[in-house]
Amino acid sequence: MYLGRNVAGISRDEVLHVARLARLELTDEEVGRFQEQLSDIIEAISKVSELDLTDVPPTAHPLEIANAWAEDEPRPSLSLDEVFANAPDRDGDYFRVPPA
Amino acid sequence: MIDTLTLTAEEAGRLLDAKEVSGAELFAAYRAAIDERDPELHAFLHVCDDSGGEGVPIAIKDVIGTKGVPTTAGSKILEGYVPVFDSTVAARCKSHGLRLLGKTNTDEFAMGSSTENSAFGPTHNPWDPTRVPGGSGGGSAAAVSGGLAPWALGSDTGGSIKQPSALCGNVGLRPTYGTVSRFGVVAFASSLDQVGPVAKNVRDCAYLYSIIAGRDENDLTTVEVPVVELPTADELAGVRIGVPKEMNEAEGIEPGVTAAVRKAIELAESLGAKVGECSLPRSVEYGVACYYLVAPAEASSNLGRYDGVRYGLRSDGADFREMLMHTRHDGFGDEPKRRIMIGTYALSSGYYDAYYGTAQKVRTMIRREHAEVFESFDVIVSPTSPTVAFEIGEKAGNPLAMYLNDLLTIPSCMAGLPGLNIPCGLSEGLPVGLQLIGPQFSENTLFRAGHALERAIGFDGVPERLK
Repeated sequence: MYLGRNVAGISRDEVLHVARLARLELTDEEVGRFQEQLSDIIEAISKVSELDLTDVPPTAHPLEIANAWAEDEPRPSLSLDEVFANAPDRDGDYFRVPPA
Repeated sequence: MIDTLTLTAEEAGRLLDAKEVSGAELFAAYRAAIDERDPELHAFLHVCDDSGGEGVPIAIKDVIGTKGVPTTAGSKILEGYVPVFDSTVAARCKSHGLRLLGKTNTDEFAMGSSTENSAFGPTHNPWDPTRVPGGSGGGSAAAVSGGLAPWALGSDTGGSIKQPSALCGNVGLRPTYGTVSRFGVVAFASSLDQVGPVAKNVRDCAYLYSIIAGRDENDLTTVEVPVVELPTADELAGVRIGVPKEMNEAEGIEPGVTAAVRKAIELAESLGAKVGECSLPRSVEYGVACYYLVAPAEASSNLGRYDGVRYGLRSDGADFREMLMHTRHDGFGDEPKRRIMIGTYALSSGYYDAYYGTAQKVRTMIRREHAEVFESFDVIVSPTSPTVAFEIGEKAGNPLAMYLNDLLTIPSCMAGLPGLNIPCGLSEGLPVGLQLIGPQFSENTLFRAGHALERAIGFDGVPERLK
């Protein structure tokens, strides 16, 4: 009753499509497993479509605050050594990555 | 002799002030408890050495950044990551002299309701180690109830403080959205994430909240917060308590849970509260579906930062794109992968309006429904979790069944409301949690009601098997 059951699931191609969009490599076994699980989940959450939401505005943020600005003042930042402290591959003042 | 199972943070502070114990002795007592019991409970992912000082020790959930102390968010993709700066909440704890005992276990990226999704293995419930401690903050909740820390910080997106506190039998507050800074906290769903306290009783919980709450110039979603009042009253005269029908009669609530909650409601009435029935029909019926669209959508964006470039895991790849795809495949567990994919799907071209856009409108409906109820009531109550702690492995293969654990904690989270869990009894020998929810910024009312009820209930928070 708390989750819907009213749309078809997600196809294998759609799983591969969203995984590509999200830059996730999946094995064949994972594609099959996720297809089944995501189909169930997407069916369940599509329950939101049952409601008549005409004239209901969206909520993006639960507080009624707008235009929260920070003062535009320079502050000390991390040193380069701190910035690179967790880098997998540092080359001088650059993060080194494989060729694009 | 310090009994870490019963000592509250307030009592610990008094012992320190009176110089009856030293900071080193107090810290050592918790370290000894960790050495003795954590091999069984696995509440901690990292344990710290004594950093010196005379303050009360604290445990911090591993999604909260701590300078110089590993912070993994329960994920392989952050294994070995050591922050070079403190989160605002960790800095505030430090400046109050609280000393870090260690980092507590969590479902990976705080995604889960059992702590079984941690890449480093599950935490076990101190009341029964074959059962889950709840999640995602099962480590913090198990640490407090297992006597491994006097209090702890957790984080809550859809119930990750309240539900583990319920399952472990302690007090947890999810504060009003915007009251506690998220600067330096690993982001999951930014319109929902809140840091909050876990403690043995309501006064400790309120005190820890007073330390961490307040505007932070590094997190512009934070606002000024009313001065925290430590509760003292034993009565509830004039407090109007609403009992939402749908949240107390929902499908799947165990009879033992209903019985303990009913008893607490009767006690509230005997303490002078005015109790009445109310209704949140659509919040309960559509809350979970709404949450599992909004939270994964935001997560899919937040987790985009794990790219193997600046920090965290990097896997091999012939070119940049292959490195990125391999890193994310190897570093994320199944639950983050599922949520990233659901979120990406819900935000993708052609589906955005039907899913994410619709969920945001449902969120407005949930906010309005709660606002209407709070015209007539100061606090609403329900079970925190439909069930007591379940067996490890029982729901692990069924993500949807796991999602329904959050049925009763989610609606108020969607509305940005504060929620407090207090233990209200046992069912089958396991703790039952009572959830108290108030309007935004009503933490003081929740503390007052929670404190009076907790005194009247007289729950013994020490697990029977550890006595």
